[in-house]
Amino acid sequence: MFVTLMRPYLSIFTARFLMMLQYRVAALAGIATQFWFGAIMIMALSAFYASGHGSAPITLAEAITYIWLGQAFLGLLPWNVDPEIALMMRTGNVAYERLRPVDTYCYWLARAMAWRSAATLLRAIPLLFVTTVLFEFFGLEAWSLRPPPSFAALSLFVLSMVAVVFLSSAITTLLNISVVWTVSSQGINVVTNSLVLILSGMVIPLPLFPDWTRLLLLLQPLAGLVDIPYRIYFAHLSGGDAIAGIALQISWTIFFITLGRLLMTHTMRRFQIQGG
Amino acid sequence: MPQITVQDLSKTYRVAERRPGLIGAGRGLFSRTWREIEALKAVNFCLDRGELVGIIGPNGAGKSTLIKILCGILMPSAGTCEIDGLVPWHERIRHVARIGVVFGQRTQLWWDLPVIDSFELLRDIYRVPEARFRPAADALISLLKIEQLLHQPVRQLSLGQRMRCDIAAAMLHSPSLLFLDEPTIGLDANSKLALRDFIKNLNRDKGVTVILATHDMQDIGALAERVLIIGNGRILRDGSIAAMRAELPGERRLVIDFSEEVADVAVAGVTVLSRMGRRVEIAFDPRMTTAHAVISRLTAEHGIEELAIEEPTIEELIARFYTSHGAVEA
Repeated sequence: MFVTLMRPYLSIFTARFLMMLQYRVAALAGIATQFWFGAIMIMALSAFYASGHGSAPITLAEAITYIWLGQAFLGLLPWNVDPEIALMMRTGNVAYERLRPVDTYCYWLARAMAWRSAATLLRAIPLLFVTTVLFEFFGLEAWSLRPPPSFAALSLFVLSMVAVVFLSSAITTLLNISVVWTVSSQGINVVTNSLVLILSGMVIPLPLFPDWTRLLLLLQPLAGLVDIPYRIYFAHLSGGDAIAGIALQISWTIFFITLGRLLMTHTMRRFQIQGG
Repeated sequence: MPQITVQDLSKTYRVAERRPGLIGAGRGLFSRTWREIEALKAVNFCLDRGELVGIIGPNGAGKSTLIKILCGILMPSAGTCEIDGLVPWHERIRHVARIGVVFGQRTQLWWDLPVIDSFELLRDIYRVPEARFRPAADALISLLKIEQLLHQPVRQLSLGQRMRCDIAAAMLHSPSLLFLDEPTIGLDANSKLALRDFIKNLNRDKGVTVILATHDMQDIGALAERVLIIGNGRILRDGSIAAMRAELPGERRLVIDFSEEVADVAVAGVTVLSRMGRRVEIAFDPRMTTAHAVISRLTAEHGIEELAIEEPTIEELIARFYTSHGAVEA
C-alpha cells in the first residue's frame, strides 16, 4: 500500500538522481572551484586569527573544518531555482506536470531532493576524501578537515544532514513554485543566492557574527542549512541541545512545506498555460 | 449516459496590457491596465463513449483552452463539466489517471532519457502494475513500430519518431479517453497516414473515445465523423463534414481543356476563374445550374478534350465557414 502510494515519487527521485550523476565534468569543475574557494577562505581566516585579540568563539582548526564541510556540502544549499522547472514554465511544458496523477507538490519535492542530493554526493565524496586522508598524507594537517570529537557527535551530525536535505529541498520547491508568478528565475536566484550564503553561515561561520545577533541568527530558518549541523559536528551543540537544533531544522522544514503547499494550491487555481 | 457533459463552460483570461515605449514601461511599474479576453463563452456539448470528435477552429478560437479545461489542468471561470462522473479540475488526480493527452507541439518524454526509460517512469507515475504494463506496452510498441527507437534518447529522435513515441506514452496506462492536440503537426505524409490509421483503430477496436483538435483538415476528413467548429469562444457548429457540405454547397469547379482556343465561355450562371491557352477553369453555383447542363452547353458549342469536376476541399469549406461567421483571428 505504502509502496504503491510512494512509487511515483520514488521513481522520479531515482530517475533524476541517476540523470544528475551523468554530469561528472560539471562536478569535477565544481570540486576544483571549491578547493580554490576553500583555500582562499582559510587564508583569510588564518590572517584574522593571527591578528585578532581576545578569545574567538571557535578555534582556527574548527573554523578550517567548518570551511571544508561547507565546501563539500555546498550543493545542498537552496540558492537557485531548478533550471528544469524554470524551462518548463517558459515553454509551457509544465502542462504535462499537471497531467500526472500525482500530488504536484510532492512530485516537485522528490525532484528537488534528487537534484540537491545527487549534485552534493558527486562533490562531497571526493572533497571529503582529499581534505581528510590526502591532506594528512601530504603533511597538510594544519589545513585538513578534522573528524568530530565523538561518535555521538558524528551520528547526530548525520541525522542533522538528513534534515538539511529535506529543509533545502522544501526551500527549493518554494522557489520553484514562485517561478509561476515571475516566469523568469533570474531575479529569484540573485536574491536567494546572497541571502542563503550569508544567513546559512556559509561565508562567515555564524558564531563569528556580533554577540547580539547570535540568537536571531540561530533561530532563522537558513541556520539549519549549515550552522546547526556543523555546530553539532563540533559538539558545540550536544545531547539535548543537538536534538533541539535538529527539531528546529525539522520545524522550519514543516513550515516551508506548508507554505509551499499553500502557494502551490493557490497558484494552480489561477494558473494559465498559454499557447497550443 | 454521455461520457462527457459540458455545460455553459466559460473562461476569461486577464492579461496585463503593456504600454508601448519607455514612458509606457515606466508607467506600467505603478499602474497596470488589465484586459479581459473571453476565450470560451458558454460552451455546451455532450460526447458519448467511443466517439471520435474533431475540434477545429481558427487560431485563438479557444480550442486549446477547452482541451486544457477538459484535461483538468485549467479552471474555467464559469460553467461545469463532468467526465465519467468527475469534475476534472476538482478531482484532477483521479481524472488525469484515466485520460491520455498528447500535445503535438510538446513532448511528455524525458529529453535525455532513452524512450524505454521514459515509458518505465510513466508506468510508475501512473502506478500501472507490471502485469498490465508489459502487454500494453508491447502492443503499442509493435503497432507504432518503435522497437528500434526504444534505446535512443528522445532528443535524437526525428519529429515523426518522437510523435509515435509520445502517442505510445499517452496510452501506456490504457486510458478510456484520449486528447490529441495537433498530433500531426509537422509530420511527413507517411507518418501522418500511419498515425491516422493508428488513431482510427484505437477508436474502432478498443473503443477509446478520442478528442482531436487540429488544423489539418485531412485529419478531420479521415477520422472525425463529428466535428465541433469553434470560433470566438463559441461552438459555431456541431455535426459532420458531409452535412456541412450539403448545407454550404458553395461553388463547384470545372477544368476544361478545349480542342482549340475559345474566345469566350458564355454560359448563364458560370464565371471564368482562369484561362491558360486552351485550358479554362470555370465555376458555377450548383443551386443555379447543374454540371450536366453546363457541360451540355459547352460540348454543343466547342470541342472538348479533357474535363474535370472539382469539389471545394474541406480546407476551403472551413475557411469559408470561418469567414462567414467572422471567426477569423483579428
